[in-house]
Amino acid sequence: MKIEIEIDGKSFEVEPGKMIIEVADAAGIVIPRFCYHKKLSVAANCRMCLVDVEKSRKPLPACATPVTPGMVVRTRSKLALDAQKAVMEFLLINHPLDCPICDQGGQCELQDIALGYGSDNSRYDQGKRSVKDKNLGPLIETEMTRCIHCTRCVRFGREIAGISEMGSIGRGEDTEIGTYVEKSLTSELSANIIDLCPVGALTNKPFRYRARAWELTQHSGVSPHDCVGSNLHIHTRRNAVMRVVPKENEGINETWISDRDRFSCEGLSSPERVTSPQLKRHGQWETVDWQTALQTVVEALQDVTEHHSADRIGGIISPNATVEELFLFQKLLRGMGCHNIDHRITQTDFHYQQAMPTYPKLPVSIADIEQQELIVVIGGNTQHEQPLIHHRIRKAWDNGAKVIMINPVDFEFNFTPTQTLLVENRRLPEALTGVTRCLAESQQDTEIAKDLLQSVAVTPAHREVADALLSAKAPLILLGAGAQNHPQAGLMYALAERMAQLSNGNVGLLTAGANAAGAWLVGAVPHRGPTGLNVSKPALDVQRMWESELPAYVLFNVEPEHDCANSAKALKALSQAALVICLTSYKTPAMEQYADIILPIASFAETPGTFINVEGRWQSFQAAVIPKGESRPGWKVLRVLGNLLSLDGFNYVVNTEVTDELRSLATTNTPEQPAGPWRYPSHLPTVSEGVERFCYWPIYRSDSVVRHSQPLQKTPLSETPVVTMSPQLAQRLGLEAGTEVKVSQGGDAVVLQVCISHRMVGDTVGIAAGFLETAGLAESFGTVKIERI
Amino acid sequence: MVKMNQVCYRTLDMPEPWRLATYEAAGGYQVWRKILQEGTPRDQILEEMKKSSLRGRGGAGFPTGLKWSFLNPNTPGQKYLVCNSDEGEPGTCKDRDILRFNPHQVIEGMAIAGYVMGVTVAYNYIRGEFYEPIERFEAALKEARAAGLLGVNLQGSGVDFELHMHIGAGAYICGEETALLESLEGKKGYPRFKPPFPASYGLYGKPTTVNNTESFASVPVILSKGPDWFLEEGIPNNGGPKIFCVSGHVNKPGNYEIPLGTPFKDLLELAGGMRNGRPLKAVIPGGSSAPVLLADTMMNITMDYDALAKAGSMLGSGAVIVMDDTTCMVRVLARLAHFYSEESCGQCSPCREGSGWVARIVHRILHGEGKPGDLELLDNVAGNMMGRTICVLADALAMPVQSFIRCFRDEFEYFIQHGKSLVDGGKLR
Repeated sequence: MKIEIEIDGKSFEVEPGKMIIEVADAAGIVIPRFCYHKKLSVAANCRMCLVDVEKSRKPLPACATPVTPGMVVRTRSKLALDAQKAVMEFLLINHPLDCPICDQGGQCELQDIALGYGSDNSRYDQGKRSVKDKNLGPLIETEMTRCIHCTRCVRFGREIAGISEMGSIGRGEDTEIGTYVEKSLTSELSANIIDLCPVGALTNKPFRYRARAWELTQHSGVSPHDCVGSNLHIHTRRNAVMRVVPKENEGINETWISDRDRFSCEGLSSPERVTSPQLKRHGQWETVDWQTALQTVVEALQDVTEHHSADRIGGIISPNATVEELFLFQKLLRGMGCHNIDHRITQTDFHYQQAMPTYPKLPVSIADIEQQELIVVIGGNTQHEQPLIHHRIRKAWDNGAKVIMINPVDFEFNFTPTQTLLVENRRLPEALTGVTRCLAESQQDTEIAKDLLQSVAVTPAHREVADALLSAKAPLILLGAGAQNHPQAGLMYALAERMAQLSNGNVGLLTAGANAAGAWLVGAVPHRGPTGLNVSKPALDVQRMWESELPAYVLFNVEPEHDCANSAKALKALSQAALVICLTSYKTPAMEQYADIILPIASFAETPGTFINVEGRWQSFQAAVIPKGESRPGWKVLRVLGNLLSLDGFNYVVNTEVTDELRSLATTNTPEQPAGPWRYPSHLPTVSEGVERFCYWPIYRSDSVVRHSQPLQKTPLSETPVVTMSPQLAQRLGLEAGTEVKVSQGGDAVVLQVCISHRMVGDTVGIAAGFLETAGLAESFGTVKIERI
Repeated sequence: MVKMNQVCYRTLDMPEPWRLATYEAAGGYQVWRKILQEGTPRDQILEEMKKSSLRGRGGAGFPTGLKWSFLNPNTPGQKYLVCNSDEGEPGTCKDRDILRFNPHQVIEGMAIAGYVMGVTVAYNYIRGEFYEPIERFEAALKEARAAGLLGVNLQGSGVDFELHMHIGAGAYICGEETALLESLEGKKGYPRFKPPFPASYGLYGKPTTVNNTESFASVPVILSKGPDWFLEEGIPNNGGPKIFCVSGHVNKPGNYEIPLGTPFKDLLELAGGMRNGRPLKAVIPGGSSAPVLLADTMMNITMDYDALAKAGSMLGSGAVIVMDDTTCMVRVLARLAHFYSEESCGQCSPCREGSGWVARIVHRILHGEGKPGDLELLDNVAGNMMGRTICVLADALAMPVQSFIRCFRDEFEYFIQHGKSLVDGGKLR
């Protein structure tokens, strides 16, 4: 039932329960406001949105007054304007009016509204309040004297970030917004309060004093750091990315972006960027022109083809590469006769690859995650891996959904999961088998994988998960990085699918990188070509490429010492190879050792391209700036290499021709159905004894751009390379926090400090990847020996 | 002779009036015991309450019986009852003495109210500075529990009623009922935007009724002596006696529980008349938030809700602040403005910024630095604060400001022109 109301003489049919301001906003009627924000709860404290409502003798706040049938609202009557102007005057008496030195100048809600509702001179002639500044860490600059106490940042913490870090302290005029005990904000979404702040109290710290809003050019972009595909506005000035802000997309990132998406751009100007092609001659790096570099690459590749064979080349590409880059990368290598192509650089087990769909896609849209009844996350620190998907999971939880975590580490989340099934990393498959057995027995459907299920004893925790799955309508099972990178990933995926079958649920993969879906679709995998067609000749997956110690490797935007699982194996393979070609934006010390040719390619914001996000949404974007120095967009480099290698079909002029070609292939090709059902083993693989490593990528070590962003590296969420273990294990090994230990695996060893955390379980120790300090270990998930030095 | 101390202070003349035995000797807990024994119909009690015309004693004067009827005893789920003993209105000290001398009557009143509204859990939110009342109330709770008057399945009746005490932390704003609820929930005492009102969304989001201490303490007597008796103690629409806290320039300041509708001059006489026999200048008749009234008006007024409202002020909490002709009204306003600017919670812009602004203007006038136009500015700023905030604290400052300027404009103008007081010969502070 809709009701009719009138605002400023116009009639509207509206849903009951809406607030006046929502109706006005939808109709384009401007009502000034500071505290109201459509994504936050209503506070009604700034009083700027007071409007004249017939039959009310007092003006009423439009943000907190629900519409009623026949309501007549006037937003610009004398009563309304007097109230609004009075509030404006109150807000300005203690505001410093330091617009000329304020970063918010030109993009300030207070400034804008003061223009319309303020007076040109002030009746206030007494001393103004000044407030001591707070240090909120490396991302957010404060100037709390400017604060107008709208409490948007406070409500953001409580309602969106899920951690109440900001609050108001003091009373009346002495009210201050702050963290009470001064500290850096720890939320991975913290910097959204910069956008929320209607004044210059909270501003972007790295961007401070670098540009004025009106000097910036706005470009649309897509985040290259996770599979969410958050929409961005990239602000540039004179061909430099100055800052990144969210671009609203209700279906993906709403009005938010993670701090990683916002501040990674600080890594673009890192001194470690490579800005010109380089060749290693007689052990010395030389800068050369593109022509020389490309010619060298061509000759070197032809040399490998002649002396070995094309299938002795290993092609490894980042899952953050664009669809265009991924497509041309595989086309180039396949054109040469090489199918050793892979983007699954963090994974260690590929048994399930034949059964994979054409490309992984969530069974529900990102927005629908918040409507789920039950979400089971297996092996995922979603809050750090995909912050904005985690935000949807939290919203679901907030709406009353059950959220179950099956994890090897009791990750700290911004809500308390309904249940956490905590097991040692190597026992994750066992836990899933136990749950599956409960489900199968409840559904009297025990034939499939009978022996496997029988081999596991059911625990009450397994039964609790199974009961939750059975009682929910269409549960959603999500596999995080911990499951996908696990040495038994295939078995775990199969078990998750079986769990879903038995509970009428669905399984989704929260894939690594920004474009894993795109990578699968274009065939950046060894067993399938573009659009999921099987290739004739089985080829090597990334781990077998390392193990085979090939004579030549082509790395596209990959730093194996940081980005790849089993990094020591990778480094060993690279150091023995005769030829390592790196198409990269950054040069690392390790790369200087193993690489022979470095071709500088464009980084984030410097190249046009397309990402396919985790829900299968294609998002294309243009370059916001031209690439730094001599670097060139990756797709163009690949295109020219294709020409130089005299391969067919490399005559693209613009990048959209590549995606057009892929789209037409997708319409003409019908991929074969994934290979038949998974053959379950008759029993679980033997679990090794002793201390085992659990490898993960910390939020700010996820890719090279992020790793080079200094502000992100200084946040509390930024980790240092340590070996994290439970207090019990530390006690058994006789170690204290901070002890230096030698962590060894076969012949490899690294030296790390001990960190003790009650979030670890059993004999699992956490040793992060993404650090040179931990790159010397050959097995991301193998057993390790820990000795005091 | 005015009849005094018939309801809330009925035990006052007895030894150790705060004890359970004393209270029962005065007829206390009879109503509650009867309810527990006979299961008096709820509607009957509600009707008697409405008939008594008891109006909320906290300040707003909302009919108590009507307020109780907003909470349906049959709604499922937890409901709460809260007693507002956060007595902070300047000039008011009646609840403090009820809690000190007759705590059991508050307990009985709350228990009856809980029974009527089907509430099993209640809280008494007591102002944190009230050390002695807190001790007395806590002791009374202990006695009542031991006597089986509070707890579960009381006297085998199947009626549950548990009452807890909560101590405030020194914020005037927590006397505002929704700020009180926030504070009771453990949050910062910020008034909530209404609607929803506490009857639908109160403590912990559950239906809640909040009444003043004096209102609750009136209930047992209304029910034992009958609503007609109570109504007759006052005047129509203004049932019962009310406690007036007389302070200021009188010979015997104190709490006087007298029938509503008593002429002010009788109250003044009870309070021993004007100090040193000086002439009356003005009275703030209902706590500091009420507009000030001049002597002429006061000497011809009866002390009840309707008469004071008609005169342009309000009965409020019943705090009668009496001022003689030596009083400098600029200084009085400066004191009041300072109080409200200190006590503004800081949530709404007009109050947070306006209260400080007003206080600073009055402060500068008082310190001889007033400027021409300050009175217009004051009046306008106060007007801009009025009716534009979540709660009425801004109005509580704006009203005295506007009424002081209206009633004593000459004093303010003199101070601005001469830099000294018209009344007390230019003493600063």
